[in-house]
Amino acid sequence: MPQPLPGFITTFVAMFRKVNTEQYPEQAAKYPPKPRFHGRHQLNRYADGLEKCIGCELCAWACPADAIYVEGAPNTEEERYSPGERYGRVYQINYLRCIFCGLCIEACPTRALTMTTEFELADDSRTNLIYEKKDLLAPLTGEMVPPPHPMVMGLTDADYYAGLVTGPDER
Amino acid sequence: MTVRASVDGIDVVVPEGTLIIRAAETLGTFIPRFCDHPLLDPVAACRMCLVEIEGMPKPQASCAVTLTEGMKVRTQMTSQVAEQAQAGVMEFLLINHPLDCPVCDKGGECPLQNQAMTAGRPDSRFGGPKREFPKPLAISTEILLDRERCVSCARCTRFSEQVAGDPFIDLLERGSDQQVGIAHDEPFNSYFSGNTIQICPVGALTSTSYRFRSRPFDLVSVKTTCEHCASGCALRTDYRRDFVMRRLAWEDPAVNEDWNCDKGRFAFTYMRHGRLSAPLVRGSDGVLHEVSWSEAIAFAAKGLSALSPSVAALLGGRLTNEDAYSFAKFTRLVLQSDNIDFRNRPSSGEEADFLAHHVAGTGLVVTYEDLENAPIVLLVSLEPEEESPIIFLRLRKAYRKSGLKVAVIGPLLTRGLRKLGAQLLSTVAGGEAATIDSLLAGDLRGSQSVLTALKKKGAVILVGERAASSAGAYSASIDLANETGAKLAWVPRRAGERGALDAGALAGLLPGGRLMADAAARADVARVWGVEPSDLAVRRGKPQEKILREISEGKIDALITAGLQISDAPDVDTFKQALSEAKFIVSFEQRLSDVSSYAHVILPVASVIEKGGSFTDWEGRVRHFNRALNDSPAVSDSTVLGMLAKEMGAPNTGWRIDEVQYEMAKLLGEGPTGTKKEFKRAGAPTIEAADVKAPPSGSAVLSTWHQLLDLGVMQGPEEHLAGTRRPSQVIISPGRAKQLGVATGDLVTVSTVNGVVTLPVEIDEIHEDSVWLPMNSPGSQVLVTLKAREGATVKVAKA
Repeated sequence: MPQPLPGFITTFVAMFRKVNTEQYPEQAAKYPPKPRFHGRHQLNRYADGLEKCIGCELCAWACPADAIYVEGAPNTEEERYSPGERYGRVYQINYLRCIFCGLCIEACPTRALTMTTEFELADDSRTNLIYEKKDLLAPLTGEMVPPPHPMVMGLTDADYYAGLVTGPDER
Repeated sequence: MTVRASVDGIDVVVPEGTLIIRAAETLGTFIPRFCDHPLLDPVAACRMCLVEIEGMPKPQASCAVTLTEGMKVRTQMTSQVAEQAQAGVMEFLLINHPLDCPVCDKGGECPLQNQAMTAGRPDSRFGGPKREFPKPLAISTEILLDRERCVSCARCTRFSEQVAGDPFIDLLERGSDQQVGIAHDEPFNSYFSGNTIQICPVGALTSTSYRFRSRPFDLVSVKTTCEHCASGCALRTDYRRDFVMRRLAWEDPAVNEDWNCDKGRFAFTYMRHGRLSAPLVRGSDGVLHEVSWSEAIAFAAKGLSALSPSVAALLGGRLTNEDAYSFAKFTRLVLQSDNIDFRNRPSSGEEADFLAHHVAGTGLVVTYEDLENAPIVLLVSLEPEEESPIIFLRLRKAYRKSGLKVAVIGPLLTRGLRKLGAQLLSTVAGGEAATIDSLLAGDLRGSQSVLTALKKKGAVILVGERAASSAGAYSASIDLANETGAKLAWVPRRAGERGALDAGALAGLLPGGRLMADAAARADVARVWGVEPSDLAVRRGKPQEKILREISEGKIDALITAGLQISDAPDVDTFKQALSEAKFIVSFEQRLSDVSSYAHVILPVASVIEKGGSFTDWEGRVRHFNRALNDSPAVSDSTVLGMLAKEMGAPNTGWRIDEVQYEMAKLLGEGPTGTKKEFKRAGAPTIEAADVKAPPSGSAVLSTWHQLLDLGVMQGPEEHLAGTRRPSQVIISPGRAKQLGVATGDLVTVSTVNGVVTLPVEIDEIHEDSVWLPMNSPGSQVLVTLKAREGATVKVAKA
């Protein structure tokens, strides 16, 4: 076979093969990201709606890109956002800096911080890319009550950490 | 005497009595420890520092055993036994520790956390329930206790008992119930309580104001100097972004050792709240308007130029050395006036003479170390715990360690003075000079030992700024020092006073104690300032009280004030009248103050964390500090004065901080460029001791001083700190109490023609003719309400 031909044949055959390219955004729904994909963060809640974040800043400590800013504050009996003494009053993740490495997730002692698979984070403004606590908090689902509210009657913060809370207080 | 021994097989030669743990440190070997602290007595409570000593059957606590000749010590570095012993202790300590590091303020700077990493097990073998206590327990409004985290090292209790002398906290109960606690209804209201937080090796003690605010890795630490008093503590200022989060004591063996007081530690939020961001100018409508800097400077310069040299500058004693120096220079050079005073408090002409003669520009004469090694320290008009707390700590250290004799000339032995084992030479306020005279003459009962000790080498006399209210006290102190050979030092209360004095912010004085009247000194200063000697103001100026009077008389027209509070002034009414009659007032302020309502121009200036500079402590030691908040747009007083000088056509250079420091070094003889020259000094004041008459029946002589924590503006919005104030109370003698028919806690009124103070009474062994009031505490603002200064005769009656 003259030299150029095998190349042309390969190209010609490839035109009829099944394509691997996924069309975005047309086919986005057809090919969702894998469950373990490192996407946007989420601040989780307990089943009664209290926040899991205790504002300990271990995520910020672990972050190699210095993308996380946290300020803690004390819970009071009147105003409780999380079980225990402390909650995260300010929580910011700067997605201009975040490298989605997931070290923050590993560092979180209460499993408050996890990652969703959401990756469509592009924006045309820098300020919009600094996600505040309200942008990161998991939505209230089921019977969850938005904090501030007291812990479920009879349960301690240790019970919350042990996963014993199943829903909001009956009261 | 030294001993030779070996640690880990390495020979060491150390002074006799050196603890093993210290000897190991000299080799660079860190033996883990919790309870050990170099400034506290050994207790061997935590057992973490176990080492193997040859010949001893069991491992020994290296923080409590001194090295002896030929001793062979092996630490965890070379000894399996020591390493295992330490690991065992760590495991025991962690059995009851909650391991709640994520919510603990100490997390990230915690010795327990660190040493659990080096000497602990990777996981716990303990499965049972841990000891639990309700938490946190507020042992004062400022200090929170978390007993679960405590490892019973007793650092806090030993500090409180040994260093501060306030044993308000102690270890209670036994065994697994052992816990730190306070007596019922007696909170941990020590002036030094914050130090226990800093030395706590776990997170058991935390402060209300810093609780959950930030983590060590968020903070940028800057070495600063405390601006609250003339003790000159080195502080660690920790800031996050644009806000100071906390302040800690910075270790400085020459000055504050490892400690500071709660005012220095917790009172810093005044720098944040209510700060002015733009200059204000009073318009023709009589209202202050925000304007641009250039407009404000032009307005101020125009007003000052028109009235110069009929201008005075009042500085208030809170400025940094650099700023005070710039004011001193600006007044003499640009305003052509010598009317400048840094003393916005009861002061006197005798004091000005004393300062010019004995203090200004003398550098280090008496140091903290001198206090520690003195055979006696005599206090005149000084209450160290309230007015200069680090002097108190150093005196107490010397008292405990070597039995330092402290004598005091004053009306009563306060709690602070009792903690120093002080001997009281009792006198009413105003009688200090007479007491000193009779001490010298040897006819003061029980004072012979004081006089003998004063004649020994190294004896020290400390005279406080309150001596200004006692005629002849400064003169008599100089006499006493001259007669006995004791060293005499002046202890002001505010941080900026000594520095302002050295910088020449006092009428008649140029920088470094040079006399305005001395042609050679004038020429020397003019050379450094780059001008002719004739360019400097010639007419001698007035002290603050005269300046205020002359404003009312129309002899002085304009005023520059910097960091001034009317309520600090000895005569509030005269001050207010002078301010309302002055034609033009330029006020340098961080926040609006009680002067602001009179000012025509208010120029906002930087707080101490927004500028570099220095303070001079009472010793005369210059305490430099760096700028902490580098991004702050605030400018220092010096910079603003530079702008004003330029606008008024004066030399444009020499106002930037580096230029100011260069000039100051030349004039004050610090640093490599410093060339201290000796010039003629002012003569000593010779005021005769005042005749002390017994007050009429129903009256008493007023003694008063500032409590450390009071209504001071810089303690501003810090309510947790305010909760640890000492109660406001009147102190009267048992005789007077009997006469009035009052018991402790009853209400008593102290009055002058101007006003009445009503407070609960405390009965103490105060001089029979005296009554004591806190100077500026809730319910007792002596200068504002009674309009009386120390030594005044006041009426005392049952409420």
